[in-house]
Amino acid sequence: MRRIRAWFQKLFGIVPSQQQEQDFSDELASHLQLHIDDNLRTGMSPEQARREALHKLGGIERTRQAHREGRTIPFLETLLQDIRYALRQLRRSPGFTVTAILMLALGIGASVAIFAFVDAALLKPLPYADPTNLADVAEHGAAFPRSNLSYLDFRDWQRLNKVFASVDAYNGTGYLLATPSGVEPVLAVRVTDGFFRTLGVRPILGRDFYSGEDQPNAPATTILPYSTWQNRFGGRKDIIGQTVSLDGNPTTIVGILPQDFQFAPRGNAEFWTTTRQLTSCEQRRSCHNLFAIGRLNEGVSIGKAQTEMAAIAKQLEIQYPGSNRDQGASITSLSELIVGTIRPILLVLLAGACLLLVIACVNIASLLLVRSESRRREFAVRGALGASPARLIRQFITEGLVLISAGTVAGLVVGSFAMYLLLGLVSKDMLSSMPYLNGLSLNSHVLLFAAVVSALAAAIFSLTPALRLPISSMREALNDGDRGSAGTLWRRLGTNLVVLELTIAVVLLVGAGLLGKSLYRLLNVDLAFEPSHLATLYVSIPRKSYPKDEDLIVVTRKIIARTSILPSVASAAATSVLPTNGNGNTDWIRVVGHPFHGEHNEVNERDISVDYFKTLQARLLRGRIFTDQEDRTQPRVAIINKAFADKYFPGEDPIGKKYGGGDLKPDSIKEVIGIVDNIRESSLDGDIWPAEYKPYNQDSDSFFALVVRTSGDDKSLLPALANAVRQVDPGIGTMDPQTMQQRIDGSPAAYLHRSAAWLVGGFAALALLLGVVGLYGVIAYSVSQRTREIGVRMALGAARGSVYQLILREAGILTIVGIVAGLLCSIVSAVFLRKLLFGIRSWDIQTLVGVAVLLGAAALLASFIPARRAASINPVEALRAE
Amino acid sequence: MGDKTDVWQGTLALMVLKTLESMGALHGYGIARRIEQTSGDLLSLNYGTLYPALLRLEQEGAIKSEWGLSDNNRRAKFYSLTRTGHRLLHKETQSWEQTTAILSRFLTPSEES
Repeated sequence: MRRIRAWFQKLFGIVPSQQQEQDFSDELASHLQLHIDDNLRTGMSPEQARREALHKLGGIERTRQAHREGRTIPFLETLLQDIRYALRQLRRSPGFTVTAILMLALGIGASVAIFAFVDAALLKPLPYADPTNLADVAEHGAAFPRSNLSYLDFRDWQRLNKVFASVDAYNGTGYLLATPSGVEPVLAVRVTDGFFRTLGVRPILGRDFYSGEDQPNAPATTILPYSTWQNRFGGRKDIIGQTVSLDGNPTTIVGILPQDFQFAPRGNAEFWTTTRQLTSCEQRRSCHNLFAIGRLNEGVSIGKAQTEMAAIAKQLEIQYPGSNRDQGASITSLSELIVGTIRPILLVLLAGACLLLVIACVNIASLLLVRSESRRREFAVRGALGASPARLIRQFITEGLVLISAGTVAGLVVGSFAMYLLLGLVSKDMLSSMPYLNGLSLNSHVLLFAAVVSALAAAIFSLTPALRLPISSMREALNDGDRGSAGTLWRRLGTNLVVLELTIAVVLLVGAGLLGKSLYRLLNVDLAFEPSHLATLYVSIPRKSYPKDEDLIVVTRKIIARTSILPSVASAAATSVLPTNGNGNTDWIRVVGHPFHGEHNEVNERDISVDYFKTLQARLLRGRIFTDQEDRTQPRVAIINKAFADKYFPGEDPIGKKYGGGDLKPDSIKEVIGIVDNIRESSLDGDIWPAEYKPYNQDSDSFFALVVRTSGDDKSLLPALANAVRQVDPGIGTMDPQTMQQRIDGSPAAYLHRSAAWLVGGFAALALLLGVVGLYGVIAYSVSQRTREIGVRMALGAARGSVYQLILREAGILTIVGIVAGLLCSIVSAVFLRKLLFGIRSWDIQTLVGVAVLLGAAALLASFIPARRAASINPVEALRAE
Repeated sequence: MGDKTDVWQGTLALMVLKTLESMGALHGYGIARRIEQTSGDLLSLNYGTLYPALLRLEQEGAIKSEWGLSDNNRRAKFYSLTRTGHRLLHKETQSWEQTTAILSRFLTPSEES
């Protein structure tokens, strides 16, 4: 108790109090006076009395110091003193302080912002019960490592496996929702009954789908995500039990999902329904349209599940050789499915941000070194006046810590700003497939990361100048003549630091160059069609109003005709899948007359209208295009792409040849009538697959995309397009109006490549700037230290040209070492980039040379300024300054 | 060195407390002189060391101080025991007596040997 009280008094004693100091001075004076009085009484002379009293006291100043230390906690007291001193020092050189804090803020801000993304995407567990036990369950086809499950296979897998506690399937779909303002297409997910139980998610209102609710005799029910409940139904509690009309079917709302529920593979679904009504696809084993999730039994690994499911798939392959040939199983963790694509990009960005931070730290460290150099005398004087080496080092460390604290605070501000800025750049569509980014925040993980980063930076900052502290050579430092040897150690250390900076700058520049070039290649990839001036729109025709396929064909034809007569429209067409949408929607084919062993020859299948190629401006290489008269009553025909011809008709003329399904059923046989260029159906970074184009007249669908070529502005055509469709029938739904160019630019592949290229490019630009500034600093400092030497050289007859040479050689050596080391490092590190590169190799010579030239030029410029200063030294003045 | 100082500080504090108990309120110089006298001039004190000890006792609440006038009309700071100080003195005296008793048993030659 007494101790605590004393300690508190000491703590308050830190606030320096003039009054306490004065009080003690008075007390000492009175003590001496009393003592002198006594001494005088014993007969001493006044002077003797005073001397004796002082002697007995043991020194006024020492007593005062002991008392002062007793009043407070000496460590804290000096710490405060150091901080005050450091602040004063930093205030005295505002240029240095602002530069250092700004660099730190940039470095820490960038790495904190990127780390927040890493945390939200990669570190935070998925918001399900025991997320590590959840697996993505899919089939493994010959062409797709992860392909859709067929419904019948799924049911067999569900029944036969012993590794999963439960497996449930899902399938993205769309409905026409009846709203007071007309029908509206909405995205939905159909799931099997136990889907939410497998995830471990419970509705916050109403109930989950009960067991058997996915059977044909069950009533139509739906569960709403929280956002649908809020946006469409105003969050009313009485919504449970009410019905909505989906595709004209009254469907009862039975539950509401929690607000934080997310399911990234189908992030934008507005309704969750069951698979109670099987589609025609789901009634055939050969048709694949589902994915599934599974909850692993306790103690079962992904590997074991993969083995068992592969065995089951094998068993089915034997049982159903026609449909299941080469259909394996693909089991991965659910988190791998969800964040697998974004992981390499985030890690590269984090690495880039950290490298930038290192450069910033190195730059500040070298600035601190220069300062410590120019403060040698100050420290020598302080040392000579009695400051202990430990005390001087502590002073340095305090200065480093003050800088770091300010930099960290500024960095957190910059970081949180950058975080929301980056999040704002993510498009809505992308965000719906990355719902985990909604959890982005400056949480404890991120703050911990910032703390660790700044602690590391603090260590660097405090140690570098402390290492340099002229403790041993204090006496020499006091000597004014000691200038020639000054800074040899600094020059060695400082130059190494600059080489490190240049190396990192090269690595970042090469990374940015490679990513930028990848992006360029990606956006300029050969599409084999003209993407500009194309407006596109998805159309959904209600089956209730057009039950027969003939009706569909008629209404589709009407829609195309209606849109073709819009002003400025050159031509209009329909397709089942838009180009660049990605490989998929495939057909298994077998060429008539070719050897066949039951293999799955997978080709992209597209149903198009007559003017499709004309609208896309895709080249027909051979043969003819089908006519509008070639409908169901006529023999089936198809146009194939070049890849199809090359792969399945090598060395033959495909025109007139026939192919069909694996079983060559008569109604699947088609005659090849034309060969078209390889229109990019795959995503921008995907491979070109064989593709077949069939007339929609012979195979129509209620959901298709409208493609319109205009001579005017494609973007302004979009609203007119939707209106034209609605004029045909207001019951027809339209969605996602976009120009083709918008689709390409906004596609996930372009998006990921673009964000990686821009961010790493930004880091690289900053790194280049910081690296060059660092080089300038070193050379400028070196020139200022060598003023006398240069003066002597010039006095002895050195020409200005040779002085230039002297300085530029020093800079040149540093730059060359930095560039060479950087190029070597970047060749190694580019291997990690490989996943993000498209169309170029990781050792792209052009990029490497370009970076070397860029950095070389920048470095030359940075060293030219101090070299000029050196060459313009007046030898007389340089020597007189001695 | 630290330990020695601590022992010395502790002893000095006990002497100060005892002095204040027997003499009543007293100024720093007076306390120092009194300690020297009581020790029979065996103890030669650097008066300066007294003040940190006084400060510490005051921080612990064992003594309080007040400016006043000395016998010969000099302004001086007078220290006096607080209630906590009385208690502390009592406790410290006991523990000191115990310590010396134990130590003297060690240091006086034992009777058996």
